[in-house]
Amino acid sequence: MTTTAMAPPATISGDATSGQARDRVLWGVLMLAPYLLVFAVMVVYPVAYGLWLGLNWQSYKALFADPIFIRTMVNTVVFLFIAVNLKFIIAMMLSGFFVQQRAWVRIILVLFILPWAVPSIPTILSFRIMLNPENGMINQQLFQWFGIVEGPGWLTDPTLAFASSILVHIWKSLPFWTLILVTGRLAIAQDLYEAASVDGANKWQQFRFITWPSLATLYVTSTLLSMIWTLGDFNSVYLLTGGGPGDLNHVLATLGIRYMRNNNLDLGIASIICAMPLILPMVWFMVKRLSKGAE
Amino acid sequence: MKKVLDEGKLILIAIPVLIWTLLPIYHLFVLSISTQESMLAGRLWPEKPTLQNFQIVFNQQHYYLTNFWVQLFNSFMIAIATGLITLFIATCAAFAISRLKAPGGRSIMNFALATYLIPAAFLAIPMYKAMGTFGLLNTRVALILAMVALASPYAIWVLKQASDKLPKELDEAAIMDGANSLQLFRLVYLPLMKPSMVVIGIYALLLAWNEYLYAFLLLSSEKAVPLAVGLGLFLSADDAPWNLLMTAGLIYAIPPAVIYYGFRKNMVSGLTAGAVKS
Repeated sequence: MTTTAMAPPATISGDATSGQARDRVLWGVLMLAPYLLVFAVMVVYPVAYGLWLGLNWQSYKALFADPIFIRTMVNTVVFLFIAVNLKFIIAMMLSGFFVQQRAWVRIILVLFILPWAVPSIPTILSFRIMLNPENGMINQQLFQWFGIVEGPGWLTDPTLAFASSILVHIWKSLPFWTLILVTGRLAIAQDLYEAASVDGANKWQQFRFITWPSLATLYVTSTLLSMIWTLGDFNSVYLLTGGGPGDLNHVLATLGIRYMRNNNLDLGIASIICAMPLILPMVWFMVKRLSKGAE
Repeated sequence: MKKVLDEGKLILIAIPVLIWTLLPIYHLFVLSISTQESMLAGRLWPEKPTLQNFQIVFNQQHYYLTNFWVQLFNSFMIAIATGLITLFIATCAAFAISRLKAPGGRSIMNFALATYLIPAAFLAIPMYKAMGTFGLLNTRVALILAMVALASPYAIWVLKQASDKLPKELDEAAIMDGANSLQLFRLVYLPLMKPSMVVIGIYALLLAWNEYLYAFLLLSSEKAVPLAVGLGLFLSADDAPWNLLMTAGLIYAIPPAVIYYGFRKNMVSGLTAGAVKS
């Protein structure tokens, strides 16, 4: 060890320090071991096992013969398209509100984050009770204020139930993405806006030519990430409507679990494997993007 | 005049935003202090606000609540265990990848990132099957292991990024002084990483506390499940006592909200900076 103390920094990885280099490799491997163990046992083995179970050709035949599966595929695409776009349009507008440098706006921001900070089970169940067609607060209030005796079947009408799931999903995830876009907006140099308004640019032009170009990369990355997470949103559908009424409103994230609970594990696995062509390209793209950003 | 007009416009945005955000949370709160009748009447504010629901929940005086305290304890235990184990695993792994440049570190990071990005709902069934072959179904260990596996990738990624930002010269100086890897870890890395470690510990803890799907798949006995699943059990009946459900839900929601707001500054910057790198 005394030799290393005298060695110039440039030779740290040279012969004199080969003991240290070996020490680094040894500890490097040792410290990765706990994660590798968890990864092997909890991710690699289950996924390999799942793929092996998914080799059964019969289950895909059965799956595509099941009208609920076809309906679910359509639902998933519609859910994804509406939820992600609506969420980001609103988040984009609200981020313009929350960058306002006012004390009371900052207080509202603190409250606005609540849906994200509070666990989703109680709040989604709260939605479910509130939207109950007979005794729920919404329809009771519609009756008391407007005399509407039979309010909308928020959870019993198939289309409305589907829309309600989308709204609950947006309610939960909107704060996070708004915050991301607020962070993005705060990074834009303020003098750009000042110069633009001196030149007589209106608000829309400022957004079009300053805000949007600065946020475009962040917006695309965020949208993609949100698409992946939206695909995996189990709670908003399952806890609100259970995929109902009549199994009409499942998405891929809940359908597998439904098959499993009906003792149809093979179909569950097959439905998950069918989701992979949709998910894996996005995951691959994001991994590349995130690991590059981390350099 | 223009100032006032601007302020007015902002308020016109703020009001619907607040109503939209707070309505379900307000509803949760109102039902928790409502009697059964005023709940069924869908009132905006109960005729006679009461704390009786809390009494019933705390004394477990309802069929759905017979295991309330055990389930609350399970939630705490599972969350704390997940937090601590994830923190240990991720701190070590991030050190190995970022400071020791361990062989294969880069590809491990990429695999971990892929695990983080694939939605947990799609890993649930394979993990359930695997737990069955391990003979761990219906044990809390199964849920803790699953949550650690789900929380670690993001934890490693955030800690690795934080660690990459520490100056290289610190390591070089310590190595010149003859420090070995373990000393580097203990004396240089750990003290500087504390703020990020707090964020990650809380992230994993909240992830486990809030989890519903895995808990309800991996655990079945009513004494083993965390409170999240206990709340879901109310759904098995159409005429369940919603006000009691909301009371228990409120109690369940308070710890994470308190933790979240207590560490809000660190959480928001730590997690949003990590979540999206533009």
